[in-house]
Amino acid sequence: MPIKLRYILVLVLVLACRRHDPARQLVLSGSSTIAPVAGELARRFEATHPGVRVDVQSGGSSRGIADARKGLVQIGMVSRALTADERDLTAHTFAHDGIAMIVHRDNPVLAFTRAQLIEIYRGTATDWSVGGGHGRIVVVNKAEGRSTLELFLAFTGLHAADIRADVIAGENEQVIKTVAGNPAALGYVSIGSAEGAIAAGTPIRLVAIDGHAATRAAVAAGTAPMTRPLNFVTRGPPSELAAAFLAFAATDEAQALIERAGFVPIAPRPM
Amino acid sequence: MLSVRRRDQGLALVLRAAAALMVVVLVGMLALLVREAWPAIGGGHVDLWGRSWQPSAGEYGLAPLLVGSLLVTAGALALAAPVALGVALFIDEVGPRWLAGVMRRGMAILTATPSVVIGVWGLTAVVPRLGRWHAPGPSLAAGCIVLAMMIVPTVAVLIERGLAAVPRERRLAAAALGLSRGTLIRDVLLPAVRPAVANALAIGAARALGETMVVMMVTGNVPQLPGGPFVPVRTVTANLALEMPYAAGTHRAALFAAALVLTLLVAALLALAFALRPRGAAT
Repeated sequence: MPIKLRYILVLVLVLACRRHDPARQLVLSGSSTIAPVAGELARRFEATHPGVRVDVQSGGSSRGIADARKGLVQIGMVSRALTADERDLTAHTFAHDGIAMIVHRDNPVLAFTRAQLIEIYRGTATDWSVGGGHGRIVVVNKAEGRSTLELFLAFTGLHAADIRADVIAGENEQVIKTVAGNPAALGYVSIGSAEGAIAAGTPIRLVAIDGHAATRAAVAAGTAPMTRPLNFVTRGPPSELAAAFLAFAATDEAQALIERAGFVPIAPRPM
Repeated sequence: MLSVRRRDQGLALVLRAAAALMVVVLVGMLALLVREAWPAIGGGHVDLWGRSWQPSAGEYGLAPLLVGSLLVTAGALALAAPVALGVALFIDEVGPRWLAGVMRRGMAILTATPSVVIGVWGLTAVVPRLGRWHAPGPSLAAGCIVLAMMIVPTVAVLIERGLAAVPRERRLAAAALGLSRGTLIRDVLLPAVRPAVANALAIGAARALGETMVVMMVTGNVPQLPGGPFVPVRTVTANLALEMPYAAGTHRAALFAAALVLTLLVAALLALAFALRPRGAAT
């Protein structure tokens, strides 16, 4: 092509690669449970703070911790409480989440005890008669590394290697689709996604454990069997932009977004 | 005259650069795989014949994953081959011309169906029905069925091209001899397209081995050696997709090791497909 056009093209490409001003850019990474709602918060934050860009990346709570420690991100997203050797980071809890056992809507079993749950997932109880139904149980477990799995293991006291599952799913949605497609299936998911699916007509049902229902109201009241805090973590004092974002997450507007996403806001309102 | 030659040289340079770029990228990818996998291979953590894949317990046996991938692929090929052959023969020999034309184009378009679409279909249509017949539903069998549906268009298109390449003289000769259509297909066409069929199956196998979304949705993802077809299995590809985002250290290296083995397998298959390609046909 003519020389002049070539140079103009190169100039345009170079100009298009402007670097972002670090004071106006915020990066979050971590839990895939938190990522969607963090994205919602980010969009709202960007709208009220012109010129600011907020990037949200997934990768799991472990990545959130690692990236925050290394300084790769200003805020890590962690969907559990920090452990003893994570005390070098500061956790800012912005919501609560719970995990519920779900079964198919046509399944007559309404409740389990913790002991029954342990037996089912360990593989020593394989039939629905343990809960009052009949037929073989199709056990759905989460893949390794998911904090949902870790919370389930903490609640049941099992190790990952003890579990005998029929199906291993990667995401909450896959668990829901598997249970919705199989009247004999039993699985566990985040309460928010379960309630959202039920509201959309998916044929699943929440199951109580040890007499405690696992609903968002129960999480807010503190009676749900398996709950976890949703945290934004920072290392050391947060930057000005990060602090502004954290403050925004505690406002009523943000908490309404959090509630719409299926989690329980930290300042529980009557539901 | 001089300016024409310079333009030709310029063209040759651009083409060489493109080819060199591809080689660099491929070699780079392979080098990355080997480098990332080395801590697990050199340290002896990964066991090719090990039967237990339990990263939380430090066990990195690749056997269940490799067997899962190979069985799902073999099953898919076994199901897809007759269907694809039938479709190809229909298009080439049996079907009315207008329908054959439609199907030929349709099959070509179907080869581009996104795998996640096929996976969702498998999860919502195939798995529940299979589960009602034989629990739990997500299984090796489900994987074979859905994967077969995915590769039929690819295999059928390749076989059909082989059939179309059979010299017209042979069909004329068969007609002149008064051979029935069945005899024509069985004794003239099929022997002639054997290389094309082998080539098509090898390419279908390579595609099936590399498939991730479909198998992740319908096979159940339990890393175990299957005792039967209705038992859940996990493939190397699904394993990578499920665990890579959450893996670190030795676990991550082991995942790369599994990926390396799979890559070498697929490369071997493609080399086989190349060796078996129909002579004289456009490759």
